[in-house]
Amino acid sequence: MSSVNIAQFHKVFFEESLEGLDAMESALLALDEGGDAELVHSIFRAAHSIKGGSATFGFPDMAALTHEAESLLDQVRDGRRAIDKGIIELMLRTVDCLRGMFDRAQGGQPLANADSDGLKLELAAAAGNAIPAAAAKAAAKPAASGGWSIEFRPHAGMLAGGNDPLRLLRELAALGQLVVEARLDRVPTLDALDPTECHLAWHLELTGAVTREAIAAVFEWVEDECDLSIEPIVAAAPPPAPAVEAVAAPAGAGAAAGTPRAAAASSNDAGSVRVGIDKIDGLIDLVGELVITQAMLDQFREDFDPSRLAMLQQGLAQLARHTRSLQESVMGIRMLPIGSVFNRFPRLVRDLSQKLGKQVKLDLVGEHTELDKTVLEKIGDPLVHLVRNAIDHGLETPDKRRAAGKGDVGTLRLEAFHRGGSIVVEIVDDGAGLNRDAIINKALQKGLIKSGEGISDEEVGELIFQPGFSTAAVTTDLSGRGVGMDVVRRNVSDLGGTVSIKSRPGNGTTFTITLPLTLAIIDGLRSAVGDECYIVPLVSIVESVQLPPDAVRSVTGGGELFRFRGEYLPIVRLHQQFGCANARQKIEDGLVIVVESDGSQVGLFVDELIGQQQAVVKSLEANYRRVEGISGATILADGSVALIIDVAGLIRLQSRRKAA
Amino acid sequence: MSDQARGEVLQSQYLTVNLAHEEYGIDILSVREIRGWTPVTRIPQSPHYVLGVLNLRGAIVPVIDLRLRFGLAREEYGATTVTVIITVGGRQFGVVVDAVSDVIDVASNALRPVPDMGTTVDTEYLKGLTSIGDRMVLLLDADKLLQPQDAQMLEAALNAADDVKAVA
Repeated sequence: MSSVNIAQFHKVFFEESLEGLDAMESALLALDEGGDAELVHSIFRAAHSIKGGSATFGFPDMAALTHEAESLLDQVRDGRRAIDKGIIELMLRTVDCLRGMFDRAQGGQPLANADSDGLKLELAAAAGNAIPAAAAKAAAKPAASGGWSIEFRPHAGMLAGGNDPLRLLRELAALGQLVVEARLDRVPTLDALDPTECHLAWHLELTGAVTREAIAAVFEWVEDECDLSIEPIVAAAPPPAPAVEAVAAPAGAGAAAGTPRAAAASSNDAGSVRVGIDKIDGLIDLVGELVITQAMLDQFREDFDPSRLAMLQQGLAQLARHTRSLQESVMGIRMLPIGSVFNRFPRLVRDLSQKLGKQVKLDLVGEHTELDKTVLEKIGDPLVHLVRNAIDHGLETPDKRRAAGKGDVGTLRLEAFHRGGSIVVEIVDDGAGLNRDAIINKALQKGLIKSGEGISDEEVGELIFQPGFSTAAVTTDLSGRGVGMDVVRRNVSDLGGTVSIKSRPGNGTTFTITLPLTLAIIDGLRSAVGDECYIVPLVSIVESVQLPPDAVRSVTGGGELFRFRGEYLPIVRLHQQFGCANARQKIEDGLVIVVESDGSQVGLFVDELIGQQQAVVKSLEANYRRVEGISGATILADGSVALIIDVAGLIRLQSRRKAA
Repeated sequence: MSDQARGEVLQSQYLTVNLAHEEYGIDILSVREIRGWTPVTRIPQSPHYVLGVLNLRGAIVPVIDLRLRFGLAREEYGATTVTVIITVGGRQFGVVVDAVSDVIDVASNALRPVPDMGTTVDTEYLKGLTSIGDRMVLLLDADKLLQPQDAQMLEAALNAADDVKAVA
């Protein structure tokens, strides 16, 4: 490892390089659809700075791999070689491989593995041009065949040097398939055993495309403290067919690319947010204003006479305004463009459509729409799921599209925009739409519905959000495992959002995700229930009504219903739900707040409304635990605590009670 | 008592509080602050001894009544009633006691096991007793007061209920 001084720049280097890789990836994808020479230049520049950086910061394996990629790109750039699908594919795999290296570098693991070594050879072969592809495979083969038999006998004092054999074994296991056999012949009897010494030895068999150097590198630090022999296994076992390997590797890498990266990203998150300089400047301006207002108000403290009351009021109004904008700006720092989530889709769509033999054109709209960082992190997986679903189930193969009188190429559009106080993300495809009959059949089979008669399209759409629901005839590795839409819905509602579906048979499907702008602050309606007060989130409120005594119907089992805009809605009496004392009992004395979540509505019966206010959401779970029907707490102006109602939770509770 | 076996004596300090005419000790390292009794916000669906939550400089902290926790009769809160804020395992909670009285030093060899009788309190919340002069002090096991395992069991039950619903 390099000196501490350099290590402190690693994080920045990683961040910049990962951005560089993203840029490379998107440029490559653009090139795949026929781009110009400028794209090649930008790919080259990105590769070049990664190479330079990794050499500087002490990651020679990374530098070596990028160097090969760069040489190949150089030829393309000089026009000595035309770009083709093969090169793009190779480069995309290089990007994936580098990403893997960065992940490992962040975890402090060794960078090179079989993948990267193989890829390096392939790149060199492609650049050399003289070496045909088969020869490159042959060159890679000796390593790829049989594998290695390793005899590892640590000296008794090895542990004292701080070397953990287990760590070495783990590292080896990361290189390929490892079979470990412990040698216990040196273990003394219990009375003679010194637990600080290492008495074990191992016989290891490592299969996979691993070079001797890679293995030696693992043992580099313990060379002097052990007896080590590394012998190739004489190819009794047939070498794995290189062709299979070459096909499997990129597919696996492509599929895996989403998850480990996301994991790495989230582990870094505690670290930092990149904030645009304009946002910082805006904040400084606001603080300046606030200081001026404060100075102005300060004057009144010195000498105040009633004649200047109007000025004081004006000053306070200004203070309120500035505080609010400051609050908004500070929250804005947590807001990041949704583009960072959208960016992963071109690659995903490309890989998936190739795999499924479909032609898909991806439109991304509104990438600059900003979302709270927390929301952004959690929306990725549901979106990936919906996109996969749309390509797998929604869009048809070119043949079927032609038969349906549509163009060969299906369109998938991801669009993000603001609507009111929410962010809406739509996933629109122009495929076949929901297969109504298949869904109804499946639902009948699962006993979710009694009969297929008179079910509206909306209800059919709702059915696919039921747990364990999948109509896929064949379970693929993409979708159809029956884990899916219900998880998507649950993830989204955990974020305080909703998912809905609209299907136009023959013309496609639209999924609409509605998300709150931020999770940290909500607008709420303060409502009194008995001696207590609860905050109802404004976004879930449809309206508040005062009901005459005869508007409420009791149903058997103790439930109450009231008629609201042509529908009967259940009433949840909050004082009963939460056991509040001294609450109003008669329906005509209080108010019913109609709230909605996930498309279902209930009426919350409260004593009265006190007023609207912004609430900073605090967790109850941090020091206590989750409470049914309560999503959190907030602190009121007088310093006391008020609880925030979890509308979705209450509705779930209500329907559970109905089911029971 | 391995400490005693090695002949070492560890000193630790306890804050003593009064509760129904008995004296209890709370490990001073877990005591964060002592504040006068202020009304709290009740939390629905909580055990009766959880009075509610209060705002501790922006953190939402549950408060339990130690009398109710120990199954004693509820007493009107008076001038000496205080809330002791305790931090255990990263979680904070408050306990309401009749009064605080003293800070005592307890040597590890002066710690006696609790006999399974004779006190008004269920012995599972006690980690030992000691005597200071002619006074007997019961040392509380702060970890067990809010009983996270209660909370976890409840959580598990709630999740199970969700899953049952999901399957149905």
